Amino acid sequence: MEYEAIIGLEIHVELQTRSKIFCGCSTAFGAEPNTNCCPGCLGLPGTLPVLNRRAVEYAVLAALALNCQVQEKSVFARKNYFYPDLPKAYQISQDEQPLAWGGYLEIDFPEGSRRVNLERVHLEEEAGKLIHAGDSIISAAYSLVDYNRAGVPLLEIVTAPELYSGREARLFLQELRTLLRYIGVSDVKMEEGSLRCDANISLRPVGTKELGTRAEVKNLNSFRAVEQALNYEAERQAMILARGGEIIQSTCHWDDSRKATVVMRLKEGTADYRYFPEPDLPPLILERSSIEALKERLPELPRQRRRRLQEQYDLTAEEAAVMTDSCEMADFFEKAAASYPDYRNLVNWVLGDLIYQLREAGKEVAQLSPALLIELLELFDAGEINRPVAKELLAEMIRSGASPRQMVRQRGLGKISGREELAPLVEQVIAENPDAVENYRKGKKKALAFLVGKVMALTRGRADPQELNRLFEEKI
Amino acid sequence: MKLFEMTALELSRLLQKKEVSAVEVTQSFMEHAEAVEPQVRAYITRTSETALAEAEAVDEKRRRGETMPLLAGVPLAVKDNICTGGVRTTCGSRFLEEYLPPEDATVVKKARAAGLPLMGKTNLDEFAMGSSTENSAFFPTHNPWDLQRVPGGSSGGSAAAVAAGMAPLALGTDTGGSVRQPAAFCGLVGLRPTYGRVSRAGVMALASSLDQAGLLALTTADAALLLGLIAGEDRDDPTSSSEPVADYLSTLQEGVKGLRVGLLTENMPEHFDREIIAAVHRAAAVLAENGAVVEELSLPHTGSSLEVYHLLCAAEASSNLGRFDGLRYGRSARGENVAEMYSRTRGEGFGPEVKRRILLGTCILRESRYESYYLQALRVRTLIRRDYEAALNRFDLLLGAVTPTTAFKLGEKKDDPVAMYHADICLLPGPLAGIPALSVPGGLGSGGLPIGVQLTAAPFREEILFRAAHLLEQERGPGPLRSQLLPPAS
Repeated sequence: MEYEAIIGLEIHVELQTRSKIFCGCSTAFGAEPNTNCCPGCLGLPGTLPVLNRRAVEYAVLAALALNCQVQEKSVFARKNYFYPDLPKAYQISQDEQPLAWGGYLEIDFPEGSRRVNLERVHLEEEAGKLIHAGDSIISAAYSLVDYNRAGVPLLEIVTAPELYSGREARLFLQELRTLLRYIGVSDVKMEEGSLRCDANISLRPVGTKELGTRAEVKNLNSFRAVEQALNYEAERQAMILARGGEIIQSTCHWDDSRKATVVMRLKEGTADYRYFPEPDLPPLILERSSIEALKERLPELPRQRRRRLQEQYDLTAEEAAVMTDSCEMADFFEKAAASYPDYRNLVNWVLGDLIYQLREAGKEVAQLSPALLIELLELFDAGEINRPVAKELLAEMIRSGASPRQMVRQRGLGKISGREELAPLVEQVIAENPDAVENYRKGKKKALAFLVGKVMALTRGRADPQELNRLFEEKI
Repeated sequence: MKLFEMTALELSRLLQKKEVSAVEVTQSFMEHAEAVEPQVRAYITRTSETALAEAEAVDEKRRRGETMPLLAGVPLAVKDNICTGGVRTTCGSRFLEEYLPPEDATVVKKARAAGLPLMGKTNLDEFAMGSSTENSAFFPTHNPWDLQRVPGGSSGGSAAAVAAGMAPLALGTDTGGSVRQPAAFCGLVGLRPTYGRVSRAGVMALASSLDQAGLLALTTADAALLLGLIAGEDRDDPTSSSEPVADYLSTLQEGVKGLRVGLLTENMPEHFDREIIAAVHRAAAVLAENGAVVEELSLPHTGSSLEVYHLLCAAEASSNLGRFDGLRYGRSARGENVAEMYSRTRGEGFGPEVKRRILLGTCILRESRYESYYLQALRVRTLIRRDYEAALNRFDLLLGAVTPTTAFKLGEKKDDPVAMYHADICLLPGPLAGIPALSVPGGLGSGGLPIGVQLTAAPFREEILFRAAHLLEQERGPGPLRSQLLPPAS
């Protein structure tokens, strides 16, 4: 029998507010343990949660970008359980009345586009972090707790079981990451844990509708791990079914070094978190008008923009994808394109040298003015500077923000293409390099490049190489 | 009259006229406490040095001619479930025996800013669970009217401190009567303000949807003064209200003429002491004589208050008390693993009543019982709230009993928690409805013990409670009721 895998994802995204969701502590990543804490996020008796409006705003923006129905009234609820990383022994979350229902994300899978539906999106608080003096909480001699992350705002996004392979799960997550980063609500870094994903996976015979018994896969710390773990788990379940065995509902852990899923615990019914409405917080009321106002603030979303850029500027799908990796990059490109009609040349510069130099300099594209790039390209197009100089100026411009035209003027970097200027230098190089001249005469083409290079050195790279080629050919 | 025998208002007037200093006032209460505290045991922690320093600061400011708040220099006792920065706050529990909060609760901040010297932290039933202060993990408190009897609870320490002349004013908390019942047992005015009227920030939670900081005083005027000081919106408490705070003292004398008063008859069943029922009727007669229109009234759903209250209170408490795991503060026991550490810490740290309520609350929040217990209780709570809404459309003020009996003997109900719960029957509908409720002395019973009368009004109409209570006080005779430890005015 042939089986298909059915996958649903439960995704947690840390919202990039400056302060925590229920207190004023900083959310900065990487601080000394237990330094971004206060009586509130440590759960000291008498403290009360005070909701961070910015976290609500980010959550609503995300839900709107995901096409959800944002609720005018949602209710916080306590999820009660004991664990050392949970200071109050309950997590303030949402249960029966979440921030948003439904929604979907349109994904361009290789087989074609498809809408992947969401079940719900809700707001909650992050827990702290355990550091075990050993491999796990069970085998460790002791464990330490860092509460810096406790109380960071978290968005939980639950998809419908509508993904059918490890690759689809990965592509969905990557599209989600792009979207959330694009609208600026999260830095969505899997390696820092600001994007996390658990997956439910079950198998069913192709052509049937009913869902099989599922396994929950945890510890998926990279996009690759998501794909590999789910493919592995699908295969493992298929082998059991092929042998006539039965899938037992379980939670398993992806072991990235062994490339295998390991069963952590068998589930006999679901955990009982004793949810009840959070009495310390009034219901979250969002006026329809303020939801609409946030909708207005949403930029054109990456998938739409990708399609438009492809058409409007004749980009390939890959080029459009890189260009819409962030809203800032796409904005930069479009601003530049508005005053520079050679889109092809612009795309090549942006996706090539510009991105490379930005990374080298550790700068963001938002820090660079598109006008400067245009200035540089116009200098190059007009033949006033050659390509090596242009690249050098690009790097300098990114580092310091200096105008390329001014740099050319101040440092005398303009291209030398006049015959009267170049001719004496060509004569000089011919005189000084008789061997190379001889070799060229014998037909060695490389010798010409050597001679041209000598003149380039004398002019510190400013000579026009085409003009030099012509001059050498004439003189030798 | 000695300073410790005076009301807060009397002290405030002397202080303002500079006839006495804040240090003299504070010392008077401290010296009297030296004499009576060994018998009463109202305080878990006394903060005499802090109090004197605060009193000196007030005197200094007054010497410099600064305008001071009315209560500046009037000492205050604070229930020990209200956080005081750097002063140990035990909540009456072994678990927090050595706990030093990093910050003052909002109500304490306000009191300190207004120059009220902090006399100490008063005894209470552990985590405010109880009605006699016998559930304190440390010791029981004795009623200043009769040392063999309980002062009530859970704010029993605060009530005893005021009734015995160890502080003229005290802060308490009222989740299901914990201010009003001790006030009734100790002959004081006890106010539970509207839910949200006074900030809960820094008040250790029992049941968040029911908890409200309240106050105990010798007279209604004192209570009105103190409420004016501690009420108001607080950005640290999202359930606090932005409703403006009235000047309660200025309307105190306005009387009850034309007020529509509902007399709650079913809140006084047959088994209540006859003298308690008589005191309520006497109060109704006084109000009527003074121009109020009194009518009997029925609130059909309040009969379920006891069950609804205990279900919701236990559910919320089981969650609120989860944080006491021994990891970050408070008592901590060692264990082979995390689960063992938790169970030992909590097993040793909590007393029997606390464990009983945590177990009950944990049970009823289980998914399988949630619908039939928790949700059902919430629905009935809504019905009770609607009963009050309807009643308070027709009436300005509701009148009834506070307790079925006067103060009972120490040990009398200690081993019968259900009997203890039943004694709170009149106290629970108010918190469930979120409305303000006040207990005012209605005279003395045959055993010479005080009887309380309860007044309730619409949300944020505390001034009506004060007007009616003040009138009842005036009709009863001059000055507050005085316990044997607070001798009659000479």
